[in-house]
Amino acid sequence: MNYVMSFVVGGIICVLGQIVIDTFKKNNAYLLVLLVVTGTFLGYFGIYDKIIEIGHSGATVPLLGFGHALAEGAVEEAAAKGFMGALSGGVKKTAPGVAAALIFGYIVSIVFNPKGNK
Amino acid sequence: MKYDKNSYKQVVNEYTPKNKMLRNCVYAFIFGGAICLLGEVIKNIFMNNFGTPEQDASTISSVVLIAITALLTGLGWFDKLSKIAGAGTAVPITGFANAVVSPALEFKREGFILGTASNIFKLAGPVLLFGYFASFIVGILSLMFK
Amino acid sequence: MKKIGNQTFQIKDDVFVRDTFTIAGKKEGEGPIGNCFDIIVDDDLWGEDSWEKCELKFQKEAAKSLMQKNNLMEKDIDLLIAGDLLNQITSSSFAARDLQLPYIGVYGACSTMALSMGLGALMIDGGFASNVICVTSSHFCSAERQYRLPLEMGGQRHMSAQWTVTGSSAVWLSNGGFGPKIKNVTFGKITDLGVKDANNMGAAMAPAAYDSLSQHIADTKIKYDLIVTGDLGTVGKSIVNKMFNEENNSIEDIYDDCGTIIFDLEKQDVHAGGSGCGCSATVFGGFLYKKLLNKEINKLLFTSTGALHSPTATLQGESIPGIAHCVGIEM
Repeated sequence: MNYVMSFVVGGIICVLGQIVIDTFKKNNAYLLVLLVVTGTFLGYFGIYDKIIEIGHSGATVPLLGFGHALAEGAVEEAAAKGFMGALSGGVKKTAPGVAAALIFGYIVSIVFNPKGNK
Repeated sequence: MKYDKNSYKQVVNEYTPKNKMLRNCVYAFIFGGAICLLGEVIKNIFMNNFGTPEQDASTISSVVLIAITALLTGLGWFDKLSKIAGAGTAVPITGFANAVVSPALEFKREGFILGTASNIFKLAGPVLLFGYFASFIVGILSLMFK
Repeated sequence: MKKIGNQTFQIKDDVFVRDTFTIAGKKEGEGPIGNCFDIIVDDDLWGEDSWEKCELKFQKEAAKSLMQKNNLMEKDIDLLIAGDLLNQITSSSFAARDLQLPYIGVYGACSTMALSMGLGALMIDGGFASNVICVTSSHFCSAERQYRLPLEMGGQRHMSAQWTVTGSSAVWLSNGGFGPKIKNVTFGKITDLGVKDANNMGAAMAPAAYDSLSQHIADTKIKYDLIVTGDLGTVGKSIVNKMFNEENNSIEDIYDDCGTIIFDLEKQDVHAGGSGCGCSATVFGGFLYKKLLNKEINKLLFTSTGALHSPTATLQGESIPGIAHCVGIEM
């Protein structure tokens, strides 16, 4: 059941993203920023936790989930450490993903060469 | 010329082909759903076989998806896939990973410091800046309204 | 005065388009006019270590091969006029570094081929030069990198987007010999009707194309067999047709666009058609020039169109200025 819900919820979130792309015709960077910031606030207001309960990875894998993790980290750390926690919590919680992207990105750029015509 | 900027805008709208949104949405649903399903499978493998707690397994699953994206980007397959999938690959964490890896790879010919390293954040920089900024605001909000 | 009408320069002496040499990429080679090109390069690097270096090799080899084919020595060529799409027109200048010919670099975005041929014709008619080589190029990968996003970045192209042609063409203009002659040249005005969408260059350039074409036709009053624009693609082409139809001066039967000639729009997944300096250059050098030589067409109005687009200006909210230059050629 988790698998089905992951597929369906993840698919729906991607469809919403596609509608944004085709309607506004903006660079993908706008979409990514929109997703992360939306996810952060949905996370703060506790709405995204409910979506994760239903959708599991269908909600955590999309970038909205990245935003949710940012919010979760910031709130948890702020409760424990105050202002410094608010500053570092989100970064700490999402550090594995960011570091992985950077490090794998660098390794790939060493190993591979850019490919041309699509 | 009998057109001005306003009347020409209507001509352009009339003659510009529309994107095939319905078809794109179907593909986005299928590919996006499949990537999330894959994430759930990876998560469960770690939870069931290695006894990883759910939170950590979820993080590991993201890292694995990022690694797969990095590899596919390097091989030049990711852009072919996302040409069909559209938001299906852009919205999941794979889109973020591709946005980091692709400029890193593309600018290697300009050198590793000023090429790869300074361009690796070209597309991911905005995501991290606004993501971190939003998380800071949320942290402060949580301090104010306990 | 050799100027007629409002904007057109009449070439009084003979200026022959003596020969062309065209190099094109793999995708262009697979297109409907693929068999017209002199060399087709299958690899997007052509043995070089970057796409920018590959593009300059395209230009250099096109000019060199043209000279070798016609036994031209460096001293025979009075002037090289060249241009491309990249910042600081590096492909042209770096190719000229190796060619060692007196060099003028020009920038007209995708309109560069007609611009350089027009300038070359004026130089010859003015008596300053006997032999001029005009060469332009574009490369899909180097252009995509400069104007859009990294190539490995996933995403969908919009249906109105065009595909930058990988290719280069060199054209030899001379005051002696035989072949089609350049008769009239019209340099266009910048026309900008406020299109800001960099994925819709055809629409941005169409008003400029209409403006220059109608001016040229009004100035010269010549009945052309064929009118071609550079790279308006399907969107721009239909807008130009609409504009002429509205003036009750339909050109539909004799009008075509290089961006729709070079690719099979259905099969090659290029959406609205080809674009780039190499688009009108390779279609003229490879396809149209041969039609002139074979007398399939006698009077050709060759009009390259350029979108003078800058990513920086677009980010600052500017629209995309368009330009079109016409070269009237008669066999």
